Amino acid sequence: MRRLVLPLLCLIILGLSQPLLASAIEPLPFRSELEEIRFKALAEEIRCTVCQNQSLADSDAPLAQDLRRELFVMIQDGRTDQEIRNFMVERYGDFVLYRPPVASHTLLLWAGPILLLVIGLIGSVIIIRQRRALLKS
Amino acid sequence: MIRLLLPLIVFGGLVGLLLIGMQTAEERKIVASPLVGRPIPNFELPRLHEPNISTSTADRLGEVWVLNVWGSWCQSCRIEHPYVGRLAEESGVPVVGFNWKDEQADAKRWLSQFGDVWAYHMVDFEGRSAIDLGVYGAPETFLIDQRGIIRHKHIGPIDESVLRDLLARIDRLKQEASS
Repeated sequence: MRRLVLPLLCLIILGLSQPLLASAIEPLPFRSELEEIRFKALAEEIRCTVCQNQSLADSDAPLAQDLRRELFVMIQDGRTDQEIRNFMVERYGDFVLYRPPVASHTLLLWAGPILLLVIGLIGSVIIIRQRRALLKS
Repeated sequence: MIRLLLPLIVFGGLVGLLLIGMQTAEERKIVASPLVGRPIPNFELPRLHEPNISTSTADRLGEVWVLNVWGSWCQSCRIEHPYVGRLAEESGVPVVGFNWKDEQADAKRWLSQFGDVWAYHMVDFEGRSAIDLGVYGAPETFLIDQRGIIRHKHIGPIDESVLRDLLARIDRLKQEASS
C-alpha cells in the first residue's frame, strides 16, 4: 500500500497541472462555460494547416490565431458545431479535421483498426487450435 | 523456411513503406484546396498604394487573371519575386498582389527594394479574406478564369518550372475565354 502512495500522488499532481500546461489560447470573453467548452473542443478537433501536426488549440502560428478568432466569432453568432466544421472544410478541405468523415476514400482509415483486430483474432484462433491439436496427439 | 523468412519479408515491406513515405513527404504537406473549380469568394479590400480605393474580386470578372499572395515577412516571396515579374510580363494578364497580414510601411519598403511587378495590391491586414480564400501560407498563386472560377492554385514559391506550367495554363485559359 505504502509503495503505491508516492506514484499515485505524482499522478494526481501531474493531472492537476495539466490545464496549466495545456494550450496557447489567448483569454477570450466567453459568455458561458458551455461556449468555452465548445470552443476548446472545436479548437482541439481542427488542425492548424500551417503547422500540420498541431491543432488550432496548440498552435501559436498567426493563421491559427486568426482561425481561433473566427471560431470564437462563429460561436458568439450562435452557429452550430457542424456549421463551424463545414466552414473550415469548405476552405481547407477534409484535411483540417482530425476526424475525417467516413467516405469511400477514408474507409480503410476508419475500418483499418477493426480489420487488423479481426485478422489478429482469426490468427490467434488458428494458432490456439493448432496447439491444442498438437497437445492431444 | 517461410516461418524464418516471414519477419524478414515484413521488415522489407516496412522499409519499402518508409522509402515511399520519404519520397512523397513534401507532396503530402501540400493541402489541396477545395476551392479549385469553384468561384473565387467575393471580398473587397483596400489597395496598398491607394488606401482610399477598394477593389473587389468581382471587378476582374470577364478576364483571366492571377492572384498572388505575399507578405514582406515571407522569405520564399523574395525567392519567387523575379518569377512573379516574369509571370506578369510574359502572361499578358493582370497579376494582382494579395498582401497578407503585413504592416503597410513594411510592404511598401519591400516593394521599393525588390520592385513592384504587380498590377496592384489588395491589402488583407486582418487575414479575414485570406481565410475565405483558404490561404494557409505565403506565397500562394491562384489562376482565375474569365467566369471568376479558380482554375488552379500553386502553393509555395514559383520557380522556373512552375512559371512554365503557370504560363501554359494561362494560355489555355485565355484560349478558352476567346473561343
